[in-house]
Amino acid sequence: MSVDTTIVKKIASLARIAITDEEAARLAPELGNILGWIEQLGEVDTTGVEPMTAVIPNSLRLRDDVVDADPLTGGGKRDELMANAPEAEHGFFTVPKVIE
Amino acid sequence: MTDLTTLGIAAIRDGVRAGEFSAVEVAEAFVAKVAAAKPLNAFLVETPDHALAAARAADAARAAGEAPKALAGVPIGMKDLFCTKGVATTAGSHILEGFTPTYESTVSRNLWDAGAGMLGKLNMDQFAMGSSNETSAFGNVISPWRRAGGNESLAPGGSSGGSSSAVAARLCPGATGTDTGGSIRQPAAFTGISGIKPTYGRCSRWGVIAFASSLDQAGPMAVDVRDCAIMLEAMAGFDPKDATSLKLDVPAWEAGLSADLTGKRVGIPKEYRVDGMPAEIEALWQQGIAWLKDAGATIVDVSLPHTKYALPAYYIIAPAEASSNLARYDGVRYGLRDLPQGAGLQDMYAATRADGFGAEVKRRIMIGAYVLSAGFYDAYYTQAQKVRTLIARDFERAWESCDVLLTPTAPSAAFALGEKSADPIAMYLNDVFTVPSSLAGLPAMSVPGGLDSAGLPLGLQVIGKPLDEQGVLNAALAIEQRAGFTALPEAWW
Repeated sequence: MSVDTTIVKKIASLARIAITDEEAARLAPELGNILGWIEQLGEVDTTGVEPMTAVIPNSLRLRDDVVDADPLTGGGKRDELMANAPEAEHGFFTVPKVIE
Repeated sequence: MTDLTTLGIAAIRDGVRAGEFSAVEVAEAFVAKVAAAKPLNAFLVETPDHALAAARAADAARAAGEAPKALAGVPIGMKDLFCTKGVATTAGSHILEGFTPTYESTVSRNLWDAGAGMLGKLNMDQFAMGSSNETSAFGNVISPWRRAGGNESLAPGGSSGGSSSAVAARLCPGATGTDTGGSIRQPAAFTGISGIKPTYGRCSRWGVIAFASSLDQAGPMAVDVRDCAIMLEAMAGFDPKDATSLKLDVPAWEAGLSADLTGKRVGIPKEYRVDGMPAEIEALWQQGIAWLKDAGATIVDVSLPHTKYALPAYYIIAPAEASSNLARYDGVRYGLRDLPQGAGLQDMYAATRADGFGAEVKRRIMIGAYVLSAGFYDAYYTQAQKVRTLIARDFERAWESCDVLLTPTAPSAAFALGEKSADPIAMYLNDVFTVPSSLAGLPAMSVPGGLDSAGLPLGLQVIGKPLDEQGVLNAALAIEQRAGFTALPEAWW
């Protein structure tokens, strides 16, 4: 797998990670090596094999349809949820202006 | 009086119950030892007040004649991947610097409910991504072990390297770890301690900072097999807050311990004999086989034909899940925010993540984003999930002829810091023996087997059937009793 800096910048953009030209140049062979190494999976015959979805058989449960059935995951926790926000005002998370 | 920090979990629990020493004496001894071990860089935060409060509660309960809790009087270390209410939690990453959880993870809650106290939060590879503890944003953890006659700093393994270093140096009698592809077992092997990753779903992942959710499992790291059994009993259990938590009772693993393996069949997978493996590890493996025979087990050769594909499959699946899980670090809700002058929202995301994540984390997020991207998803991700099915099927077939598997834990003893950090793939290969059982969700444990010629610990791994932690613990106990591993690193720190 050959990875060039254009591909690296595209991936970084998908992942929302800012990178410089120097970083892209350094990452290109690194990611290329890793992707080249994992491509050996292509040689495994997986015809008719289902992709793994759950490693230990388990079924999804439904909780009781009750508000705040578990107080730890229920509502009414605005202040706790916002306690670690880098910036918050009036009970809202704030972000830079998104509409000009 | 004996140095209380030489005692393991069972000895501390029993001594406190019998009144041979108080829980406060134990906590004070470990607190002092932690405070004097800064050169190891094992602890990110020290919480002596937490440990002492739990100890005072244990002593008061005993004085009042109350029934003792399972871990009353036992102070432990907590890997920094577990959210601890009111105590800074970073997952070893700059992006979570300053994050103080407003809630307690289920596993840590279970431990405190069982009477344990916390000595502090343990350093780790950033977001549990690493095999040497060199990816932490807060400096490398140093192993207490050194090669005979040398003073080079060695890796404590990873990602639970703060945990392994702390237990090996007896800064705490036990510590939590988490294991996604070997992060409990490989560091345990590198530092001469025991550690078990239970069946996927035994321990709740609620409040454990996510790396790869289909693989992440918490487990104990401790001085010996019995201590692991005691601690795992306290950590495990059904939790409705985790959709993958198994709704099963927690077995009495400690009471079930037996080193008599009569009638048990131990499988030896031929694919685990890899090129370039040191002769000493092959020799230890043979020794382990002899020990298990001596314990009454029958040895059978088995084949796990897809073993060589486990690592590449893992390095698609784990980064794919990580790229999704780590999307939450956006500079909005918690953690770091980097807002360059005049930047818009998208620029803020990109700047925050560029500044906050370390190189290995970025590498894995980008690999994950790539293998999940349009046009590549089926060739990489779907194919890896199919290979994962084949790997799990290999194990299912093996269980037709054996009850547990015995393998080395890691393909080498501890390496020096810096020795492998320049080559990601060389680092990834360290997990060659631990990743397959992770992909199959199986319980697996590392137990010390002996020392190599440089005086460094080597571990043996026991892998069991789903939910058969007891079988794993028992085989490990049989090894432990015969290995007679008592070596300790000489204190240099």
